[in-house]
Amino acid sequence: MKVGVITFPGSLDDGDAARAVALAGGDAVRLWHADADLRGVDAVVLPGGFSYGDYLRCGAIARFAPVMEPLVDAAKGGLPVLGICNGFQVLCESHLLPGALIRNDHRKFVCRDQGLRIESASTVWTSAYDVGQEIVAPLKNGEGGYVADDATLDALEAEGRVVARYLGDNPNGSYRAIAGVANDRGNVVGLMPHPEHAVEDLTGPSTDGLGFFTSVLKGLVGV
Amino acid sequence: MARVVVDVMLKPEILDPQGKAVHQALPRLGYDGIAAVRQGKRFELEVEGEVTEERLAQIRGAAETLLSNPVIEDFTVRVEEA
Amino acid sequence: MSETVKHAEATPETEQPYRELGLKDDEYQRIREILGRRPTSAELAMYSVMWSEHCSYKSSKVHLRQFGDKAPETDAMLVGIGENAGVVDIGQGWAVTFKVESHNHPSYVEPYQGAATGVGGIVRDIMSMGARPVAVMDPLRFGPADAADTRRVLPGVVAGIGGYGNCLGLPNIGGEVVFDPSYAGNPLVNALCVGVVRHEDIKLAFASGSGNLIVLFGAATGGDGIGGVSVLASETFDDAHPTKRPAVQVGDPFMEKVLIECCLDVFAADLVVGIQDLGGAGLSCATSELASAGDGGMTVWLDRVPLRDSSLAPEEILMSESQERMCAVVEPAKLDAFLEICATWDVLATVIGEVDGSGRLTVQWHGDTIVDVPPRSVAHDGPVYERPYARPSWQDALQANDPSSLARPATGDELRATVLDLVAAPNLASKSWVTDQYDRYVLGNTVLAQPEDAGVVRVDETTHLGVALATDGNGRFAKLDPYAGAQLALSEAYRNVAVSGALPLAVTDCLNFGSPEDPDVMWQFAEATRGLADACLELGVPVTGGNVSFYNQTGDVAINPTPVVGVLGVVDDVRRRVSIGFGAEGESVVLLGETRDELGGSEWAHHVHGHLGGLPPRVDLTAERALGRLMAEAAGGSLVSAAHDLSDGGLVQTLVEMALRRGIGATVTVEGDSFVALLSESVARAVVAVPADRVDDLLARASAHGVPATVIGRTGGDALVVEGAFAIGLAELRTAHEGTLPALFR
Repeated sequence: MKVGVITFPGSLDDGDAARAVALAGGDAVRLWHADADLRGVDAVVLPGGFSYGDYLRCGAIARFAPVMEPLVDAAKGGLPVLGICNGFQVLCESHLLPGALIRNDHRKFVCRDQGLRIESASTVWTSAYDVGQEIVAPLKNGEGGYVADDATLDALEAEGRVVARYLGDNPNGSYRAIAGVANDRGNVVGLMPHPEHAVEDLTGPSTDGLGFFTSVLKGLVGV
Repeated sequence: MARVVVDVMLKPEILDPQGKAVHQALPRLGYDGIAAVRQGKRFELEVEGEVTEERLAQIRGAAETLLSNPVIEDFTVRVEEA
Repeated sequence: MSETVKHAEATPETEQPYRELGLKDDEYQRIREILGRRPTSAELAMYSVMWSEHCSYKSSKVHLRQFGDKAPETDAMLVGIGENAGVVDIGQGWAVTFKVESHNHPSYVEPYQGAATGVGGIVRDIMSMGARPVAVMDPLRFGPADAADTRRVLPGVVAGIGGYGNCLGLPNIGGEVVFDPSYAGNPLVNALCVGVVRHEDIKLAFASGSGNLIVLFGAATGGDGIGGVSVLASETFDDAHPTKRPAVQVGDPFMEKVLIECCLDVFAADLVVGIQDLGGAGLSCATSELASAGDGGMTVWLDRVPLRDSSLAPEEILMSESQERMCAVVEPAKLDAFLEICATWDVLATVIGEVDGSGRLTVQWHGDTIVDVPPRSVAHDGPVYERPYARPSWQDALQANDPSSLARPATGDELRATVLDLVAAPNLASKSWVTDQYDRYVLGNTVLAQPEDAGVVRVDETTHLGVALATDGNGRFAKLDPYAGAQLALSEAYRNVAVSGALPLAVTDCLNFGSPEDPDVMWQFAEATRGLADACLELGVPVTGGNVSFYNQTGDVAINPTPVVGVLGVVDDVRRRVSIGFGAEGESVVLLGETRDELGGSEWAHHVHGHLGGLPPRVDLTAERALGRLMAEAAGGSLVSAAHDLSDGGLVQTLVEMALRRGIGATVTVEGDSFVALLSESVARAVVAVPADRVDDLLARASAHGVPATVIGRTGGDALVVEGAFAIGLAELRTAHEGTLPALFR
């Protein structure tokens, strides 16, 4: 199974995402922002980083990268897409996911090992988890506050599209402590914490993050 | 050359941590009586030739798709006199 | 229009503003002798900036030679002092390059940009060796934690390091945060970067081969920090010139990130002959260093340099310190391939010159020659000073004022209160308010990071080869005895690397001092360099490079002399790294090393009594080396489940940090005077946690290495208990330890 990892200028965690895909048993395919096609991959990860410097708004320029055109079409057609951190921001800017991510309420970058509760196991990226399962993954962002209007938030909750929530103190001011959301079909997931940094005992606080990658690979085999 | 200014502000219902911090700092510096602060962005677009209605419409399009994120931000477009 | 060489020749009597540019009368005369005429304005700009203290090391050179003269025999050094950064062999065909530099004055003037561009500069230094940067760390020193100026400077510096470093995608794996009144108005912002490179890919800064092209790539040139080097780094802040705040450089971390990737692609395709970063002194430095290290001369067409500000004069272009620029020497046949890679990354690249056989560095401006100099005279043959130095008149009185007269806690309750006070002292309190603003995970190879003793990164995912790094420095110790103080800094960094399971290999240093024109300061510098060189020889770890920062003083009050020492170690298998945290209940707690009544310059004397006097702890490099050997064996044989060195704050601080890391307490018994046992800062000590069935083995090996070892207690419970003295719950300790910085800098 081929999982594409897109590199925008300024992407930082692309290598980590590719490593996580490989550790989960998949083949990582590196995709370049200027590519006009997805090279036949079965799923795509948009990695963390500061695409194009994120000077305008996080993800605002990346949204218009050539590779995003086929990606948006494919995502609407059901291709599994996971946006992590900056990737989440890109997905919101592209309107594949509702809401937006704004500067942390304490106005500082935060890097810490973060407790999360999995709220939905019915997306293609979270099927390996149980609803209510608590995991730990690194969180590192300056603009990770998830915001949306109340109607959107209510709808997300009602439709089971809140994928993960922060445990303990809210680390960035996200509304309703939301750490990740999915589209209505469950194939597109955005996540502010970094599961790709929690795939090896040696380098992460846990290996809890591996489940996002095994979920999608298992789902792809099942298709 | 004419200048078109696009001002982008967070929508009123969206938390603005930077504006809040500025607001909290003002009384500490002795600047009282300010009820609220919102921080925004200002873009100055130098336009070649005349600013026609058509050109302005284009710039509004750019403001809506790139310069602002309509999910969280509002914008205004105005021509600045030289 | 800029002045031509012809014009300078025709007008020998023209007055030139060399003093305003920081050149002394005799230095100006030497330039005239070298050139056989007066310099042009562009030449004057180049010489003034390259002969500044910051670039020429004119006051420190005679002392720094010891690092070469006394260098220990080692096969590990692939490239030594003099290049942008030293290169060390770590085996399996891998090499590591690392260096620490200061960005002190700019960070005081503009904390965010000063600290940010400090990170950017050291990263480009590492890239200019052909290496991939893999981690950074930042040793930081500020005035008193509660001082208004510290509240201005510290948050800006931390945000700048994070804002720039996080955007580059380099994990920040360690460093220091130290507070002392001597740094008020003179914060020390040092930045370290480490990079890895295959042996065959090491690049050097030299321009050889006539016809090869000089390519400037990266950001366009603007008016950033013009004269920043000579003005900012060579003059002291004082009340007479409060408004002297020249333009500081502004960093663009996205540009730097793209430049890193672009350089790595260029290196991988073997497209450069030599490479040089543009830092202090900008193009003046890069072109003169490249040319003087090469085998010929160089012509630069300065008008081809892409500008961000079209009004810049040629002198300003030569001196500009615009960030995120590099200079490469490229064979003409490879130019197209080089430019193609730059285009892929949207990096601006321009041919601005050519290597030739003239032996001269000439700079053309729209067809006119405005610089024509022997390149070595600019880059390497600057003035060298034998500054006078003398043991300060106050040194004896300072050493005589020992801490024996200070009131010590007499009862268990008093000791308990002292401990709670100390674990919350700004210097000993948790630094996570700072380090949580740095990304330590990016690249996915960080095995240990702060608050561990050393940062450890994996270099090879297949073989598990890795490197460990620690930086240390203690200005109080160095003030009491600069010779010993420099050795103690090395000793501590060496120990930190060793207890993490690594074999110490090499050293980088950042020597932060006051004005070299003050004989007291110069004596401190001479003593510190002598001490460091002697200790490096004895420990078998060579200095591979570093940086000197003088003029850290306000008026005639200098900072505490602060040699910051970074030690690099190699870890054959990073899976055997040792953390500081107690990992399991019921393990034996073993104290390694010998404790003496040594409280001169200690954190206790400083924090509780505001006292600085007496002598620092006795240096014992033999014991340090023995401890290092034992720790390497212990890590290799999995004899210890946790290990933490003893330094500031003594045994009790070490136990508190080990317990709080994973929330497992301990009960210990100390012999003799429990105050001395808990708070003395004697060197060559560590605490290890040992599984019950490995204790005998560990004690036997300790004995074989001549390291004193005492079982002092057991891990477990939710408190730190010192039998017969006090018990403190971990929750109470955590509140005290972790509350200080957030309360000060919210």
